[in-house]
Amino acid sequence: MTETFGKVKISCTVNGEPRTFESYPMARLLDVLREELRLTGTKEGCGEGECGACSVLVDGALVNSCLIPALQIEGANVKTIEGMATGAQLHRVQEAFLECGGAQCGICTPGMVIAAVSLLEQNSQPTDADIRAGLAGNLCRCTGYIKIFEAVVRACQHDEVKR
Amino acid sequence: MNTKASELALEAAATDRNSYLMAEARKQREIVGRPVPRKEGRAKVTGAARYIDDLTLPGMIYGATVRSNAARGRIKSIDFGEGLPWDEFIIVTAKDIPGANAVALILLDQPYLAAEFVNHPEEPILLLAHPDKHLLEVARRAVTIEIEPLPAIFTIDESLAKKEIIWGEDNTFKSYLVDKGNVDEVWSRDDVVIVEGEYRTGAQEHVYIETNGVIAIANAEEGLTVWGSMQCPYYIHKALIKLFNLPEEKIRVVQTETGGGFGGKEEYPSMIAGHAALLAWKSGKPVKIIYDRAEDMAATTKRHPARTRHRTAVTRDGKLVAQEIDFVVDGGAYATLSSVVLSRGTIHAAGPYSCPNVRINARAVATNAPPHGAFRGFGAPQSIFALERHMDKAARAVGLSAAEFRRRNFIRENETTATQQTIRERVDMDGLLARAFELSDYKAKTERFARENANGSKIKRGMGFASFMHGAGFTGSGEVFLQSVVGCEATADGRVRVLAASTEIGQGTNTIFAQIAADALKLDYDMIEVSQPDTANVPNSGPTVASRTCMIVGKLVESAALGLRQTLQGASLLGETYTADEWRAACRAYVEERGALKSFSKYQPPPGIVWDEGKYQGDAYGAFAWAVYVAEVSIDLVTYETRVEDFVAVQEVGRVIHPVLAAGQIEGGVAQAIGYTLYEKVAWREGRMANSQMTNYIIPTAMDVPPIRVHFEETPYPYGPAGAKGIGELPMDGAAPAILNAIENATGASFTHIPLMPEDLMSKFGDLA
Repeated sequence: MTETFGKVKISCTVNGEPRTFESYPMARLLDVLREELRLTGTKEGCGEGECGACSVLVDGALVNSCLIPALQIEGANVKTIEGMATGAQLHRVQEAFLECGGAQCGICTPGMVIAAVSLLEQNSQPTDADIRAGLAGNLCRCTGYIKIFEAVVRACQHDEVKR
Repeated sequence: MNTKASELALEAAATDRNSYLMAEARKQREIVGRPVPRKEGRAKVTGAARYIDDLTLPGMIYGATVRSNAARGRIKSIDFGEGLPWDEFIIVTAKDIPGANAVALILLDQPYLAAEFVNHPEEPILLLAHPDKHLLEVARRAVTIEIEPLPAIFTIDESLAKKEIIWGEDNTFKSYLVDKGNVDEVWSRDDVVIVEGEYRTGAQEHVYIETNGVIAIANAEEGLTVWGSMQCPYYIHKALIKLFNLPEEKIRVVQTETGGGFGGKEEYPSMIAGHAALLAWKSGKPVKIIYDRAEDMAATTKRHPARTRHRTAVTRDGKLVAQEIDFVVDGGAYATLSSVVLSRGTIHAAGPYSCPNVRINARAVATNAPPHGAFRGFGAPQSIFALERHMDKAARAVGLSAAEFRRRNFIRENETTATQQTIRERVDMDGLLARAFELSDYKAKTERFARENANGSKIKRGMGFASFMHGAGFTGSGEVFLQSVVGCEATADGRVRVLAASTEIGQGTNTIFAQIAADALKLDYDMIEVSQPDTANVPNSGPTVASRTCMIVGKLVESAALGLRQTLQGASLLGETYTADEWRAACRAYVEERGALKSFSKYQPPPGIVWDEGKYQGDAYGAFAWAVYVAEVSIDLVTYETRVEDFVAVQEVGRVIHPVLAAGQIEGGVAQAIGYTLYEKVAWREGRMANSQMTNYIIPTAMDVPPIRVHFEETPYPYGPAGAKGIGELPMDGAAPAILNAIENATGASFTHIPLMPEDLMSKFGDLA
């Protein structure tokens, strides 16, 4: 079905770098990232928008990349887990996940970090209920979420120290 | 420099060195017990960690599996639909198998590819491979396999009734009898109350977020290499030897970063690895097989459904005098690990209580469902659910509180379990119960909820708990048969590498092994690394299962590490105490003079362990973890939603190696057990999972978990590394009965099965609402 329309040229920005590639218009953004751009940090957990392992930011919005057709990212600004750290300096959310034990098997972690970053960008001092709601689209089977909640709280504290 | 001066200089240096060592000792350099950073944590939070689907080999093609659409039947024909370039596809059937068409595990009854008969839905029949994975999926759907159906059975009751015989002579994979004292002499006594009950638990899907996947390369000269997501590289190694009839040195299995296992990647990866290897063997190309979520859920293993019946005699003053337990698990269509799952479930069925007369009859039976398999807890969550529901019932029958009844029966030091294992370690179930009640504010909340519930509110609240134990390591003589080996290697620059086949699957193997080795050698955590499990490079330290990685394998890590030190000290290169620099210098001297510095350690059972496999009697486990879990629930009698509002998990697991990882194990296990209890229902249609999607098989989300408050009592276990016991499975055992006990406390309704869905509550309370 994807082949029906033939490949099209798509230009966008990924992790701050301009990228141009050819893709079937209805190819999943997830596959474009993983296969075309070799950014394998974004994971597939279910392929139907339930688990959030494939979470990325498109123009600042948290999306499941398994549900986004490639055509939709024409001209967009995409941010993946590979764009979170600045050189060797981890993002404060990544630091907090390390400190608090928020990552166990690690397969949900890229999506979970992206979701937490997105949450904190919208709400720098989330309540427990805000954190739960903000991460409700990302499934983790290892942690029981408790250490992930702690990591989000810790990341807020990092932020306070910085100010 | 005269003699005097040089002596003084030496003395000064020695004093410096001694004061350095003393300062170090004062700083309590112990790494065990500290929340050091997870070894592979940075790679995981940056997305740099490479899981199997992140890897690509030159010339790699993709594999897919064509499966049975019938529960049981005879394969009549295979039709390849028109319009596809079939000559471009690699096609493998049972005829292409070079060795034995059987997944080598315990028995050899499960084929890699069904040849004539199928025994469950989704049974693999044919394999396809092609460079274009989209075309591959089109092709997979274009293969039609016609199966002449045979009568099939789908439940424990049908299997026990022998409605059809589908396996062996009587559908029974395995049975055990545990017999202590004589229960038959108790039933007719006039000083006892007899309490009976039947309890059922459902299947549970693992839902590791990374599905099963492997890459295989194969050729006749070099043999096979398989990379993949797995718990047990040497299981796959053993299975491929049989499948290809190749010598062991021609087969290499490498674990890649693994996105969760929970038992689901214990035995099943032998299947998918064999399939990829068969396609690679025939094509001469690297072959990758990654299951999508629906295939992974429908075709791979799940937790065994179970039925447990209890008949219990209790004296009027609340002493257990007889427990007769009938425990049956549904093994699915092939034997796989069911006998071992049954064993653990059987041994845990009578719980942490002292009872003079116990009889446990246990059977694993066949149905035409995909084989049920290993899942965290491994039979124990099923039998403990039944017991801990039944204990509440028995308490009521003799007019005691659930807590007081248990207190009168808790096992204590020098008393014996159902298998007549004398408890030699310190055990304090009373203390754990008291601590759990204190942390959960059990008494005050129970009283308050009773008052509030009486006010006619549509929200009912309740408290419930369960007390239980979980044995660490393989059952009985299992560890002796495994003969696990761990190695440690020191390089010329003094770095120490742990060599073990035990896998990091999120639980923290890499980290705790490094902590244990660091403390054994008094070195920094950063000087220790843990090798990637690769059968070409690491010895067989046994499977990563059974809460054995820390206690059993960790102990071998400790002794292998100590072996390095002894070697250096034996060669007079290292003193009794030493600095890191002296360690490095000694390693360099050794490696340059004599070559590789390695030390291996093999499992030795702790003294006094005796197990009689025939009678199923004796020391079932080297050590038990002990626990009391308390659940607070609310039940909305309008929506029939049950919420776990608070959860307290108190346990004694020996010394805690890493407080954050250990708490993470408990929290994750409790969340998984809450799912098992309230959300995760496999909808069976003729042996097939109908809801094989995350959309309709529901696991707990961030909105669903309560605060999970974890407390460890630490009683060092003398035969564990730094005093540690096993931990991983324990948290799966207690939540389900605690939650149902709390629901009964809240509503007065006695439910006896899980998962307990809103529909069940509606049918019970519908008339009231």
